[in-house]
Amino acid sequence: MASVLEIRDLHVSYRSREGVLCPALNGISLALMPGEILGVLGESGSGKSTLAVSLVRLLPGNGEITRGAVHFEGKDLLQTKLEELQQIRGRRISLIFQEPSLALHPTMRAGQQVRQVLAAHSSQGKSGLNEGTRQVFAEVFPEEVDRISRSYPHQLSGGQRQRVLIAQAIVCGPSVVIADEPTASLDPATQMEILGVFRTLRARLGLAMIFITHNPALLSGFADRVMILYGGQVVECGPAETVLASPRHPYTKALFQSIPAVSDGRGSSRKTRLPVIPGDSSPSSLPRGGCPFEPRCTERMNICREREPALVNLGESHVVSCFKYEN
Amino acid sequence: MQPLLKVENLLKRYAKRSLTGAREELLALDSVSFTIFPGTTLAVVGESGSGKSTLASCLACLESLTTGNIWFEGKDIVKLGERARRQVRPQIQLMFQDPASSLNPRWSVLEILVEPLILQGKFKQEEMKQRANFLLERVGLSPDIVERLPTELSGGQRQRLAIARALALEPKLLILDEALSALDCSVQAQIANLLTELQSSLGMTYLFITHDLAMAAYLADEIAVMNRGRIVEQGPAEKILKQPQHETTLRLLAAVPRITRATLPAVEQ
Repeated sequence: MASVLEIRDLHVSYRSREGVLCPALNGISLALMPGEILGVLGESGSGKSTLAVSLVRLLPGNGEITRGAVHFEGKDLLQTKLEELQQIRGRRISLIFQEPSLALHPTMRAGQQVRQVLAAHSSQGKSGLNEGTRQVFAEVFPEEVDRISRSYPHQLSGGQRQRVLIAQAIVCGPSVVIADEPTASLDPATQMEILGVFRTLRARLGLAMIFITHNPALLSGFADRVMILYGGQVVECGPAETVLASPRHPYTKALFQSIPAVSDGRGSSRKTRLPVIPGDSSPSSLPRGGCPFEPRCTERMNICREREPALVNLGESHVVSCFKYEN
Repeated sequence: MQPLLKVENLLKRYAKRSLTGAREELLALDSVSFTIFPGTTLAVVGESGSGKSTLASCLACLESLTTGNIWFEGKDIVKLGERARRQVRPQIQLMFQDPASSLNPRWSVLEILVEPLILQGKFKQEEMKQRANFLLERVGLSPDIVERLPTELSGGQRQRLAIARALALEPKLLILDEALSALDCSVQAQIANLLTELQSSLGMTYLFITHDLAMAAYLADEIAVMNRGRIVEQGPAEKILKQPQHETTLRLLAAVPRITRATLPAVEQ
């Protein structure tokens, strides 16, 4: 099957105030299949948000795409003219951000904000726009279409605001939605509700999705495929079930171990320590040359410091970048 | 043993006036009662809007109660005058969710750490510097970072700094309002371990406010579940998790996202 979006060897750097280029993404390659939910997992500084914005060239002023290509509908998004890109952003590829209260206009009704997105991308008349807006509200708010579309953002709960953002994202019928931590500011019950909305939309509209998060547990039972980023590189990628149940990269293993499970309650085993990954992943502590995780890895070998590991295929499209699995 | 903190029938009512002038009342806390013994942890869990953070601000004397009593070491701090309450306040410290917005971005690590000491006005310049170094070591940070700004620290380092600042006046009770929620998983584990260590070495008492039942289960001795300003279920952590009674608890438990752990291989240490 042909992919809807293909990223090839993407390199992105940020220029510091002193003019030094700091790499944020080091050669990411990825093919997103139609209707697929790809979970991108990474901690702060891993480059996951940079990935989201660089696909549609929305990097901040000091960000530079230094190499790579993003193929979408026969074009390379990194080379297209700005006017052409404007036709794609929001219409064919849309973005959803973390903080729903910041992403909405505080003094404009929810319905109006969704309608505006549609108006920007279509030549329909008034009634067409109203109808399109109504339909998309019916999609995300099956019960209270009218009340919500007349409400201002402050009258809505966090979950409802996030649904308004989803409505904005899907109103033009995109084929790819990129969601950067869309549930991070919501409580667990609402998080589950929003994941449910995404799954329904995927099934109904055949959307492909890049779902970016720092919480591995959210991806369980939700994503089809999981990609783990560390220090701007893919360290592991594969079918969600396989990766979540039996991670292979030392970083992925350690990350999953550090999350307490409800059943780990103190009770008798009081004062047991959670397993932690020593050190931190701030850019200054990342090594140059060698594997980015080497300084914190408990399974490091001599070779890890000498050169960067390549992605090794473990079968069933499960790849991992670690020397342990070479040959 | 005397409880460190005992609260009875806390009630907090917010009055708001809508644009049309109609008065609406919101009961943020409704007959909340509990006790915390020294050296233990009580976790308060609930969904957004359940009144958890209002509870934290009332206990830290940042908001006044509508009615109710708060006994701290046997003294009812609601009835105390402002002067007497100032003696109690340093002993109850509050820590917030996002270390990036609770630390002044223009202050160095040293300035942040000595501010509470300056406000107390009991310390000499030299003493304060020594204390700052001591606090940094206590939370696992290197004293070399005293000149840095918060923006030059990682998320985990910032939250450690926030803990160090909260410990500066040697409080007896630390209220942690979603103090781990904004951190990455691996950093959450580091900070959770630090809190456990400080509890055993200093005998700290924690009120841990969270919506993450798994973390509550890990850190707490007792759990209180809140819904719409009321405590709907309360008891030993293990009992709440194994035999949840109230529907709010069941809902929170069902919403804990989990990865199937049984099949996870052990991390080789």
